[in-house]
Amino acid sequence: MAADLINWGLLALEPPGWGGVLLGGLMNSLKIAFGGYALGLVLGTGGAFGKLYGGPVTRDLMEVYTTLVRAVPELVLILLLYYAGTDLLNRLSAALGYGSVDISGLAAGIFVIGVVQGAYSTEVLRGAILAVPAGQIEAARAFGMSPLMVLRRVTLPAMLPHALPGLSNLWLICTKDTALLAVVGFSELTLVTRQAAGTTKAYMLFFCAAGVLYLLLTLASTLVIRFIEARARRGWVAR
Amino acid sequence: MTPERRAGAPEPLVELPPEESTLEATALTRLPSGRGFLEPHRLALMAVAAVLVFCAAWFMRWDWLPTYAGALVSGVGVTLLMLVSTALLGFVLAVPIGLVQVTGPWWLSLPAQGFCTIIRGTPLLLQLWLLYYGLGSLFPQFPEIRQSFLWPYLREAWPYGVAALTFSFAAYEGEVMRGAFAGVPRGELEAARAYGMSRWKLFWRIWLPRAVHRALPTLNGETVLQLKATPLVATITVIDVYAVISKIRQVTYLTYEPLLLLALIYLILTALLVAGFRYFENRIPNRSA
Amino acid sequence: MKHAFRTMIAAAVIGMAGICGAAAEPLKVGFAAEPYPPFASPDASGKWEGWEVEFMEAMCKQAKLECVITPVAWDGIIPALTSKKIDMIVGSMSITPERLKTIDFSDKYYNTPTGVIGPKSEKFTATPEGLKGKTIGVQVATIHQDYANKYFGKAGATVKEYQTQDEANADLAAGRLDAVQADAIALAAFLSTDQGKQCCDLKGNVKDDPEILGAGVGVGLRKGDTELKDKINAAIKAIRANGTYDSFSKKYFDFDIYGG
Repeated sequence: MAADLINWGLLALEPPGWGGVLLGGLMNSLKIAFGGYALGLVLGTGGAFGKLYGGPVTRDLMEVYTTLVRAVPELVLILLLYYAGTDLLNRLSAALGYGSVDISGLAAGIFVIGVVQGAYSTEVLRGAILAVPAGQIEAARAFGMSPLMVLRRVTLPAMLPHALPGLSNLWLICTKDTALLAVVGFSELTLVTRQAAGTTKAYMLFFCAAGVLYLLLTLASTLVIRFIEARARRGWVAR
Repeated sequence: MTPERRAGAPEPLVELPPEESTLEATALTRLPSGRGFLEPHRLALMAVAAVLVFCAAWFMRWDWLPTYAGALVSGVGVTLLMLVSTALLGFVLAVPIGLVQVTGPWWLSLPAQGFCTIIRGTPLLLQLWLLYYGLGSLFPQFPEIRQSFLWPYLREAWPYGVAALTFSFAAYEGEVMRGAFAGVPRGELEAARAYGMSRWKLFWRIWLPRAVHRALPTLNGETVLQLKATPLVATITVIDVYAVISKIRQVTYLTYEPLLLLALIYLILTALLVAGFRYFENRIPNRSA
Repeated sequence: MKHAFRTMIAAAVIGMAGICGAAAEPLKVGFAAEPYPPFASPDASGKWEGWEVEFMEAMCKQAKLECVITPVAWDGIIPALTSKKIDMIVGSMSITPERLKTIDFSDKYYNTPTGVIGPKSEKFTATPEGLKGKTIGVQVATIHQDYANKYFGKAGATVKEYQTQDEANADLAAGRLDAVQADAIALAAFLSTDQGKQCCDLKGNVKDDPEILGAGVGVGLRKGDTELKDKINAAIKAIRANGTYDSFSKKYFDFDIYGG
């Protein structure tokens, strides 16, 4: 019975197979993951420096940001940001006289994932910066380096090995969080899988296929991460 | 976890497994301290926040609230039930998963490792749909299942939600338990053996309690993460608080108000969880301090 | 360090503006992101097809509008319209008094009865008495949800809500539901699939209630978008008159979907 339940032809890359659609969904997931992760890193770097070196108001605002994101489910944040974020941007641009901005689903997705990731990376990077011996930064300042130069030449390179394990785990979380965009109807891997499964009624086949794709993504990411970590740790005493 | 890390000093990120290093970055595990609330800039910020809250209460539509108060309370109940049952079941499952990876034969440790890799490598939403729509649509094709006493339960949605959330918790916490079991000092186990303890007794008296004690600090974060994962069960027709809010959104056509309330509800639930864990952590003796 | 921080923020803002600034001209037509055969479902190449897709294309062509399909989750489709994520809804959305409070509609472009299906082995009718004690599945935020709650829920049936029609059908086939209430045509499409043929048949159409079931399906529009509304109404009238409507409808149905 199981043998004729599985119709492998459904996974073919060309129609009538749905393989191409699944890969397209994976591409969309990857775009969101890369974009959201990059935006998250930018926000996270800003957030971490704001939390450590900003004024009292900045610090408190950052604290509110990371507390909220860490306490509220990603799904709820995604819904809120997806509707509210784009709506606010629209109203803002309308108020400034630019008319309504056209926000693609991709941009909205990147924005949403980026804001969530930003809070996570803020915490990871803050911990990593704290792990850099204060003397190194003070020494750089004493040499008359500008704050930006201290950041670029000393703080960032010195904190990177400390931040890498956390950041790589955030990347894995990020790839999996993109699946939540299925709930707002963005055509990423999980949603197209459900569409394919619903149309063909081959639920098991497609969900398993998507699972394999996600798993491959995770395993491939892990390999790359190991390589990067090994490079970043050059010169460290072996543990 | 050492006490220094609690105190907010530089966290030894590199020495920790990646999962643990981001636990506190992705889940709220400490409440903001109450000190310094009366600093001038905080007072100003709080005034701004108060104005915002007032505007939200005054200008937004909240007339639906009394109608759905009962449904919301029962939704919160379902959410908490999901959280507590799956966290407990998941932890019970995590112990053998961690243990066999440290000491089990290959035919036990390999499947356990595979289980962790697969669950942690794929999105929970996908696992949930795989169980509910995939597996759930296969069951009725077998008359044996359809006629069995299990069918009334398999017809419902919540067993699939509980299963998916339990597996997820077990996989993440199983990895922690593996590290915890492996991290119990050899000397303690050897000492127990020298006292003539049987393997069974050694496990129950020494190894398990020490490992659980080591894993306890991660439970806080893992449970908050689990709470953050529960709304996903709403996508398979379990009526938790998220589903109640979705329904309100559809009936009233309001976008922000119900979602803001939902965020507030989860914020309060998380805060209560964290406070609860803090209370219990203070009661558990910590010898390593 | 303050300087660096400010640079970061500036970079972030510019980055955001960069992604968001990709302005495009065409009108975004919101489709429910879930398969809803025979009206709209994605095919294996990822393209949307079905009666409603053809209707939309014909209508846009007639009105000389450039339209692009934008899939949106059904339960968020009205907020997506009001928050300008899409410009109109072509999603088999019935014109009801309740929805008219929030959005506007064009004239109707089709109207079909509402039916109830159930397993072949069970015999019951699509009435409150027949469905008493049964579990009935409906899609959320639809007229069917409201109707089932009002007529069947009150009479002792359990109403279970699904995000998509497809899931409700799947759960009926999986034996998790006793009945599904939906648009008669969508149900007929399900009954003609292998899965539907095996498990279920039509139990009948429900008694009409215009207050809930509405006056047919229209294009959902933002309130105040009267220019677009006039264009669309004119286009619907024109394709009805010049035979385009009938010619693509014939491919899908052997009866008049426009209704009386």
